[in-house]
Amino acid sequence: MNLRRDVFQALADPTRRAILLLVATQGMTAGAIAANFDTARPTVSKHLQILTECELLEQQQNGREIYYYISAKKMKEVADFIEPFRKMWDDRFNALETLMKEHQTKNL
Amino acid sequence: MEPKTKITAEEGKQEIIITRDFDLPLSLLFKAYAEPELVAQWMGTKVLKLESKPHGSYQIETSNAQGIVVMRANGVIHTFLPNQKIIRTFEMEQTPFGVQLETYESEAVTEGTSKLRMQVVYQSVAARDQGLKMPFAQGINWAHNRLEEIISKLK
Repeated sequence: MNLRRDVFQALADPTRRAILLLVATQGMTAGAIAANFDTARPTVSKHLQILTECELLEQQQNGREIYYYISAKKMKEVADFIEPFRKMWDDRFNALETLMKEHQTKNL
Repeated sequence: MEPKTKITAEEGKQEIIITRDFDLPLSLLFKAYAEPELVAQWMGTKVLKLESKPHGSYQIETSNAQGIVVMRANGVIHTFLPNQKIIRTFEMEQTPFGVQLETYESEAVTEGTSKLRMQVVYQSVAARDQGLKMPFAQGINWAHNRLEEIISKLK
């Protein structure tokens, strides 16, 4: 895995997050995406390249045009990255709850 | 159903907020944090020291199945208000993770239920993100190790 193309790093950039929001509902060409930003076209192209490399975006050829789509699968994976952290705390708190319930019964 | 444990980690912030609803009276929830023997049991760690009072300190140690210490952490307790609040630091010894500032706030919801809100502040946004991703990264490592184990058995 190339760490330079880490998905979390890709998502850390506000322009890239804005691009993902744009294509969330429908596929768009690079030109149509770029029209939404004040930044130079090559800068937008670079962002699209990064998002594609880390598989957050998918390309689809439609005639002469290339459309960019959001990858629902990859986005789901990213949304879930926090889940192991939550699970770790949930397990700890469950252990606390179980222990203290026993403690409560014993001390009645 | 809403999960009992919730995590809030806003982009670009140095903190993580962890909230949890307990099916326990407030006094019992707080006791689980205050008494060394109880902490040891639910955390699954050895409590070397725990002085539950302002200006107190604590040290915990976790060993693997072979009895080798894999993690030692310590901190000082700044505030200790029974049934309400604990403010303490947390630092894993001999690691580059830095120190964390933890604030625990608890309150009763009903007579038999309570709520805990835990704020963890890291030294930097990068440290916060690293802390957040640690269990995720460990999960990948474990999966990888398991895979290696299976492969080595196949040889």
